[in-house]
Amino acid sequence: MAESMRFRNPEIAQNIAEKIRSVAPKKSQVKICHVCGTHEWTITHFGLRSLLPENVEVIAGPGCPVCIVPAAEIDEAVLLAKQGKVITCFGDLLRVPGSESSLLEAKAAGADVRIVYALSDAVEMARKELDKEFVFHAVGFETTAPITAVEALGDLPKNFSFLVSHRLIPPAMELLLGIEDLQIDGFIAPGHVSAIIGLKPYELFTKIYRMPTVVAGFEPNDVLMAVYMILKQHSTSEAELENEYSRVVKPEGNKKAIEAMRKAFRVTSGSWRGIGKLDDSALTLKDSLAEYDARKKFELKPSEGKDIHTGCQCHQVIVGKIKPNQCSMFLTACTQEKPVGACMVSSEGTCRVWAKNVAANSN
Amino acid sequence: MCLAIPAKIMSLQGDKAQVNFGQGVLREVNVSLVEAKLGDYVLVHAGYAIQVLEEKEALETLSLWNDVLAQAGE
Repeated sequence: MAESMRFRNPEIAQNIAEKIRSVAPKKSQVKICHVCGTHEWTITHFGLRSLLPENVEVIAGPGCPVCIVPAAEIDEAVLLAKQGKVITCFGDLLRVPGSESSLLEAKAAGADVRIVYALSDAVEMARKELDKEFVFHAVGFETTAPITAVEALGDLPKNFSFLVSHRLIPPAMELLLGIEDLQIDGFIAPGHVSAIIGLKPYELFTKIYRMPTVVAGFEPNDVLMAVYMILKQHSTSEAELENEYSRVVKPEGNKKAIEAMRKAFRVTSGSWRGIGKLDDSALTLKDSLAEYDARKKFELKPSEGKDIHTGCQCHQVIVGKIKPNQCSMFLTACTQEKPVGACMVSSEGTCRVWAKNVAANSN
Repeated sequence: MCLAIPAKIMSLQGDKAQVNFGQGVLREVNVSLVEAKLGDYVLVHAGYAIQVLEEKEALETLSLWNDVLAQAGE
């Protein structure tokens, strides 16, 4: 698509920014919340905050699916690794702290922990090494969960199972609206989650909470456009659900993916790091797929984990209450090289995105 | 984590497709979650196509922006 470069054309960006200034309130503070690590990357990397009026703030909600995996579930993966199972996962998960140890530390101590690019790579490994038990630690929001569903419903080798840590985004968005001292005036909804779930799950926010909600893509002009659309609604006290990312997001979502998730999972309550237990926010493999559920296969007992280490403010960053640079450990005791909290570990963690940007600008 | 990259389908065989990410980077991806045909652009997330990109819709997005710009110039 030759037109694609226009999605990051700086002249168009300046023009949208001008339009934003024309509809933004003159004095009162407006806070727009996104819930996607890739949106935070776009906003920070392209310096979009500098294009906005001072009283328009874009804050980052719980948009990093790796950061919100509770320590107790990392502990399960570490335990299985120590028992001699091969743990496979995406690279981001490796350094996420458990209560005592990360998967990387388990690997350094001799456990077999392997990074894969695609889930199918892990399945292939299991097929070739039938004498070992393989566990895939399945992390991610609705964008990633259908992939786990398709594989779980497909033809898997007997020595393969999933440690499922999938979570759902709309319940986390609803939680944010219940936090008393957190101002939110509009949502930028995550484009690739929406590519799967469609628009319907967000209707709650406009209809019940009267919250302007715009599904947005990931190019800088997509995000600016979403900010403009929210401010425009705000200026006329409207609360509409709009789709800026219609080149990818269909109103009905991806029906095949939704169907695969419905067949493979049931929706349960789940713990989020720094947030706690949220009703109807997690996915668990259905009983018909119990043989591929590592928790059942290896009889894992639920345990309490230690989510937040002393001094770490990840729990405040995750819900957008504070910015990374308002944490006293940011770039002092907690760095990209030696992360303390999950938000600094994952490439989509808000602290990590901000730290990378500081490093890039100081070079 | 929810990063997804557009790629063009160069060949198809069952659930598998060879896709081109541009600059000649070819990779096999799983297309069982989409209804895609040869030559389509798909959005690839972690080795799986999760949606078919609509060129018409992409152009409509750009035209929406143009409308905004036209108004901004008024």
